[in-house]
Amino acid sequence: MDWLQIVIFGVLLAVGFGFFTTRILQIRKNILLGRDLDRTDNKGERWRTMLLVAFGQKKMFSNPIPAFLHLAIYAAFVVTQIELIEIFVDGLTGHHRIFMPYLGGFYTFIISFIEVLSVLAFIATVAFLWRRNMLKVPRLVKSELNGWPKLDANLILIFEIVLITFIMMMNGGDEVLFNRGLTHAPGFEGQEGSFGFAISQHLGPLLFGGMSDGALMAVERIGWWGHILMVFLFLNYLPYSKHFHVVLAFPNVYYSNLEQKGRFTNMESVTNEVKLMLDTSADPYAAPADPNATPQRFGAKDVQDLTWKNLLDAYSCTECGRCTAACPANQTGKLLSPRKIMMDTRDRIEEVGNNIKKHGADYDDGKSLFGSYITDEEIWACTSCNACVQECPVNIDPLNIIMELRRYSVMEESKMPTELTGMLTNIENNGAPWQFSQADRLKWKDEA
Amino acid sequence: MSNALRVPTMAEMMAAGESPEILFWVGCAGSFDDRAKKITKAVVKILNACDVKFAVLGAEESCTGDPAKRAGNEFTFQMQAFMNIEVLNAYEVKKIVTACPHCFNTLKNEYPELGGNYEVIHHTQLIQGLINEGKLALKEGGMFKGKKITFHDPCYLGRANNVYDAPRELIEKLDAELVEMKRCKTKGLCCGAGGAQMFKEAEKGNKEVNIERTEDALEVKPNIIATGCPFCNTMMTDGVKNFNKEDEILVLDVAELIASAGEL
Repeated sequence: MDWLQIVIFGVLLAVGFGFFTTRILQIRKNILLGRDLDRTDNKGERWRTMLLVAFGQKKMFSNPIPAFLHLAIYAAFVVTQIELIEIFVDGLTGHHRIFMPYLGGFYTFIISFIEVLSVLAFIATVAFLWRRNMLKVPRLVKSELNGWPKLDANLILIFEIVLITFIMMMNGGDEVLFNRGLTHAPGFEGQEGSFGFAISQHLGPLLFGGMSDGALMAVERIGWWGHILMVFLFLNYLPYSKHFHVVLAFPNVYYSNLEQKGRFTNMESVTNEVKLMLDTSADPYAAPADPNATPQRFGAKDVQDLTWKNLLDAYSCTECGRCTAACPANQTGKLLSPRKIMMDTRDRIEEVGNNIKKHGADYDDGKSLFGSYITDEEIWACTSCNACVQECPVNIDPLNIIMELRRYSVMEESKMPTELTGMLTNIENNGAPWQFSQADRLKWKDEA
Repeated sequence: MSNALRVPTMAEMMAAGESPEILFWVGCAGSFDDRAKKITKAVVKILNACDVKFAVLGAEESCTGDPAKRAGNEFTFQMQAFMNIEVLNAYEVKKIVTACPHCFNTLKNEYPELGGNYEVIHHTQLIQGLINEGKLALKEGGMFKGKKITFHDPCYLGRANNVYDAPRELIEKLDAELVEMKRCKTKGLCCGAGGAQMFKEAEKGNKEVNIERTEDALEVKPNIIATGCPFCNTMMTDGVKNFNKEDEILVLDVAELIASAGEL
């Protein structure tokens, strides 16, 4: 029987990682459809930021209750990976708890630690389901979450509960088998005893103590296989879900904008034009340096006009809505929601990626991020206050996308709220956003 | 103290063969908006009282381009920036102070890439320095003693540039009680004017942003709402009027508080 289990496991492993890798490569390809941006500088500062913000979850802790709940799930997720290594080795070699004889007391400690974290994670997951579906925390029930995003969020939480349940079946079942002298743990075959794992040594007998030996073995095997099947399912669900932040949070924070938040990007293409305009010695009839060069679009109409970092931001967003909850426009009933900006960007880049896969790189579906997904009314409601950027626990920058869409609207389509046309004309004519003469700038000095 | 303000221009200074320690960038609001002009004068009174050798550009100053850039018009922004940088560099300006966080941010963060490199400080930082150096003395137990003052963080000073302490330290020097709104510093709520919103009607919603922010302020029952930005000042003043509280609550710039406390 053992060889059959090994083959099934090997096939599952290959298929699981195969699909996962294909999907990751597709996401990578999609992200690289964005424009270039150099974020290779300041490596030390970048590692520090990643350690603090991504690994240390520094920004989460401005809101302690969800921060602690989230920390429980995060810690359980990270530490469980250790046990997962053993499960992979066991699965491929047909062993049972292969590390146990080598690690001795440390093994008991590690598994106990994982069990304690799993119980905390279980509680946190139930609390999150409750916050989302019963308590209805405002940022978790906004309209942009209707449909798939809401289901996605609940599915992940349910997956986690199922996963933890399987771990407890596996360890609890094995515990009772050990109590009865039926365990396969190396060195303890035929002996009666206890693993002494913190949770399962109590929970096992409590839940499964009354079962027959056969049922018990089924519980342990269902736990083991159920757990690993959930791991493969989760692995492949992850990159289709908002929950992919568990992976992308790290690179996304590493490549954060390290400049002051108030500094908006400089458009070099415009700098060249303006320099030429101001240069009195420039030949107005000069031929362009490269007549075949297609000029880059000003700002962003579609996702390919954004930078790869904007697109990485979109894939890293887990739709927690801290940005939207802090947004002054959203709080006062305007249509703008920074979270929706990120969700739209992700949906659109997925669509563009799929179009390219199906119809080739030049296919035009007649849609665009600005217009088909994000409207005028949304981008013009932004006060550029940076609250969304400040709040994001993984340093996503929705403001940068909003500004790029404004640039496209104004500089390519000359479309903007009419009052702004007046403001811009005033700046161009008299050097102030209002109609006052530049010559009068010092008049205040002599006014009473 | 004489009432006449001494406001030399760069051109005058240069003609006299002198150069100032610092340029005072007045900004469009500070030059033309009736309310903001009072803030400009308060800053000048402080500079005069401390004998700071400063100058303004006067008619040679022009919009930094901030609202154009935030409105998405990079052309207009860069035209303004290059013109201003040409003037500033011609006068060999090294250090700039401004009472407008939008000018502050643009000069400090967005001009260097276009060739304008200056040390730029906000007026609250300059005043803090003057007090710490002993150049400006405030009267003990002055007019603000026991008054409740709350500070509204301008986005372009706070989140955009991480300046939170300078204005607060100044308020604490007034013997006043500094009370914080529930949303302050990094969590401060915008007044609603940034990102070129000052110059347009708000999009459809159920409330104006400045009303939401004024409610934050009213909650802590202040005597004074202090700000460090001419646009925040306008928005908060309008907000206070909306609640018919203009007789009980003053909206003042930190510079105005200091100028009053120093009886300048």
